[in-house]
Formats: sequence, C-alpha cells, structure tokens
Amino acid sequence: MSLPGSFIGRIIFIIQKYGLSMLKGAGTTLNIAIVGTIIGCIIGFIVGTIQATPINKKNSIIKRIFLRVIKVLMDIYVEVFRGTPMMVQAMFLFYGSAVLFNLHMDMWTAAYFIVSINTGAYMAETVRGGILSIPDGQTEGAMAIGMNYVQTMFYVILPQALRNIMPQIGNNLIINIKDTCVLSVIGVVELFFVTKTVSGAYYTVFEANTITMAMYLFMTVILSKLLRVIEKKLNGPENYSLSTTDTLAYTSGLLKYPSKEEQHEKEYNRN
Amino acid sequence: MRKNIIEIKHLKKSFGNHEVLKDIDFVVKQGDVTSIIGASGSGKSTLLRCINLLETPSSGEILYNGENILLSKDIPAYRAKVGMVFQNFNLFENMNVLQNCMIGLTKVLKLDKEKAKQESLYFLEKVGMLPYINAKPRQLSGGQKQRVAIARSLAMRPNVLLFDEPTSALDPQMVGEVLSVIKSLVEEGYTIIIVTHEMAFARDVSSQVVFMNDGVILEKGTSEEIFENPKNDKTKEFLKRFMNY
Repeated sequence: MSLPGSFIGRIIFIIQKYGLSMLKGAGTTLNIAIVGTIIGCIIGFIVGTIQATPINKKNSIIKRIFLRVIKVLMDIYVEVFRGTPMMVQAMFLFYGSAVLFNLHMDMWTAAYFIVSINTGAYMAETVRGGILSIPDGQTEGAMAIGMNYVQTMFYVILPQALRNIMPQIGNNLIINIKDTCVLSVIGVVELFFVTKTVSGAYYTVFEANTITMAMYLFMTVILSKLLRVIEKKLNGPENYSLSTTDTLAYTSGLLKYPSKEEQHEKEYNRN
Repeated sequence: MRKNIIEIKHLKKSFGNHEVLKDIDFVVKQGDVTSIIGASGSGKSTLLRCINLLETPSSGEILYNGENILLSKDIPAYRAKVGMVFQNFNLFENMNVLQNCMIGLTKVLKLDKEKAKQESLYFLEKVGMLPYINAKPRQLSGGQKQRVAIARSLAMRPNVLLFDEPTSALDPQMVGEVLSVIKSLVEEGYTIIIVTHEMAFARDVSSQVVFMNDGVILEKGTSEEIFENPKNDKTKEFLKRFMNY
C-alpha cells in the first residue's frame, strides 16, 4: 500500500489505518488525566488543609510536635514533586522501584501514581490558597455557634474554597491531559506514544502530529467547557423563590412550639 | 435574686505590647441587658470577643455560671450556649438562609433534621425572614442578613446573646428593622450584652450601661444613672457628642 501524494490524502490514510489505535491512545490519556486529577485533588485537599491548620499554643505539646512533623514532611513532599520534572519522576519511580525495592509496578499503577502525586503537590498549595482566601468572619461565625475546627473546615470553609479554586482545578486537568505524554517514557500507550509509532511507520511526522494536535485540542476544549458548567452548578441558582408568605401554612407545625415543659423551664429560669 | 450568669474579673488583653483591655470587671445577671458604649478603639469589641473566646484574654477570669471558662476544655460547647451576632453578619455564604440556621442544630446540637428545620423556621419567622429561606446570603440586603444571623444565634437557644455593633454596617434605613428585632428579644427576657453606637436604643433597653474608655471601664450603672446623670467627665463629654445634649 503506497502513501497518497497530497497532505490531506495522507491524513485520511493515517486516520483510516490508525484512527482506532489513536482513539484508544486518546482514551488512555483521558483516563489517566481524569483519574490522576481526581486523586490528586483529594491528596491536595488533605495536604492543603493540614498545611493551613494553625498550630495552637493551647494544644498539648505532643499534638503540637506531631502536627509540626507532619507539616515538615508535607512540605518536603510538595517541594520535591513540584520541583522536579514529571518525566524524570516517572523514570525514577518506575525503574527505581524495581531496582531498589524489587517492586515491579505495573504501568497503569505507575501512571496513576505519578500523575496523582504530582497534581497533589500543586493542588496542596492551591487548596491552601483557597482556604486563606475565605474571610475570617466565616470561621468566626462557625465557631460562634459552637462548631469545632474540623466541622468548621468541612461544612463552611472547604465548600467555599472548592468553589474558588475550581478554575485552578480545571487548569490542572488540562495540564494533565497534555503532560501524560511524558508517560510514554515508561511505555504507557497513550496518545503521544501511538503518534510516535504511527509517524515512524511511514515517516509521516507532520501529518500524524497534526491529527494528534487536533485531538488534544478537542479534549481540552470540551473539558474546559464542562468544568465551566460544573462551576456554574456550584454557584447555585441565580434566583430564589420566596417561600409562601402565608404563615398560616406553617403554624400548624409551629403552634405547639415551644412545648409546655420548655415554657415552664423558661419561666423558671427567668425568676 | 437573679443569679450571675457572666462575671468578668480583672480581665486583661494585650496585642503585643499594646494593652487593649486593662483590668475589666463587671457582672451580668440573668435577664440583664448590658450595653457597652464608648468611643471607637476603647476596647468594646475586644471585650465582647473575649467573652466568646474569639480572642484569648491575656489574664483574668471569665466566669459563666460560676465556672471559669478560660480553664474549660470544651470551648465549642460553651460557645454553643453563648450566641454571638457580628457587625458583618458572617452568614455562611455557601448555604441558604434555612441551612444557615439549621447547620448548628444538626451538627453541634445533633438534632435530627426535621426538628432542626422546625426550630429554624420558628426563629426565622420571629425575625420576619420566613419568606426568604431559599435565598443565599449574597442575595439579601444588610438588614435581612443581620436578621438571619440573629435567627441563627437564637436557634441555638443560647443563655446569653452577644451583639457586636449589630447595626454599624447597615444603612440608616435598615438599622430600625434590626433594632426592633433586638428590642423584641429584650422584651422576651433574653440576657443580652450589646456593643453599640445607637445611644437612644441603649438608653431605652438597657438595665446596665458600661462606659469604656481606653481599655478601662470608667463608669457603669443603670440606664438612668449613665444617661441622665453621668458622673465622670469623659462620660459626659462622650454622651454630649453622641446625643446632642
């Protein structure tokens, strides 16, 4: 089978012959990027929340030392994974774990692991920033009704922080879609790996990469639009409806309130 | 004889080497309405925040029902019994009006959802915010937000209510609606400590007025004693400025 003469012809030829394996590669790319981003966000939320936890002088000395040690360990984690290239990390972990610990990670585990742990390192700082961006008044409001630190974080601060850092999560997802191509160095058959094979087979580097560019762009544009939709959902409805102003509708449940005992107790307390 | 619900003894608070509160002493009895008045920067808000332990006092004692809460292990449990209403409302922006009121009941007091909803609706009706239960805080006016914040505090069934300049962030038009809600609480016999610049209001509702200046209590007494017959020169001067005597 010979190659068509024109550029468009060659592109159609490649799509016919390798379209399916390229799609499969794109699927692998998406799979690793999305799973990696989700796990990375979870890591980021845990690390970022702990990093944002103030060390209270009132806590016992053991608790304070424990928290400080954890914070130092997390600092090291963030600095190491943010400060070295993901490609090198992939080589180091995939081949290093085999040599050093005789631990043979399969490719998928390694791929998920590397993308997650990388995203986690970036997200940790993002989440910390998100938490710091919430006004102190929110924390004070929560503490004033008797919430403890964990409840305050979980119900009040983190949901608002999540909304604020959604654009950054989107950024990370898109970066991950593109950066999974470095995983080809450990033999993960994602989109870039397939492209290399295809372009090598017929020396059609330009044509194969044109298709790949279009596929990457398609994935990132669709996902960024999708994230906008999610963002809007998190904002909640723009409008609200007044609930019935006919208070009689409620009184059936409220008339009994407060109960006789409670009223009695109140009278008693007042005297 | 009404019992002492809050007693403050030799309370001091410094930020660095700036002493904001210098030896504060006063007593709040059950059912008292105590107004704390004074110029900006005199330490009124800091005092109120110390009572709720949002600021940790440098020294002294705060007794709640005779027990020193500075030694208490369970501060959240204490805060749940002492409601606080802030100048800037501090409603939870990620929840609607009803959820704002319910969250403390379900998560702190561990009431079941239905009961929490009933309680919340009861108090939202009381402050006239029942129609707005589905609205988010950002969709409300300042006065409405403050009324929701009051309902949120009331729903916890607190033994003491602290108001930190509840009308200072409001338009003059909305001040009235919030003050009338607070007034109704006074009539119901709530124990209230309020930091305010609304002198006429303080004069009308207070059973005890505390005048603070530069971190100390210069004068305290009944509403008549302070407003009709102030003894300290600084008090006189302050009231003159605020009430156009």
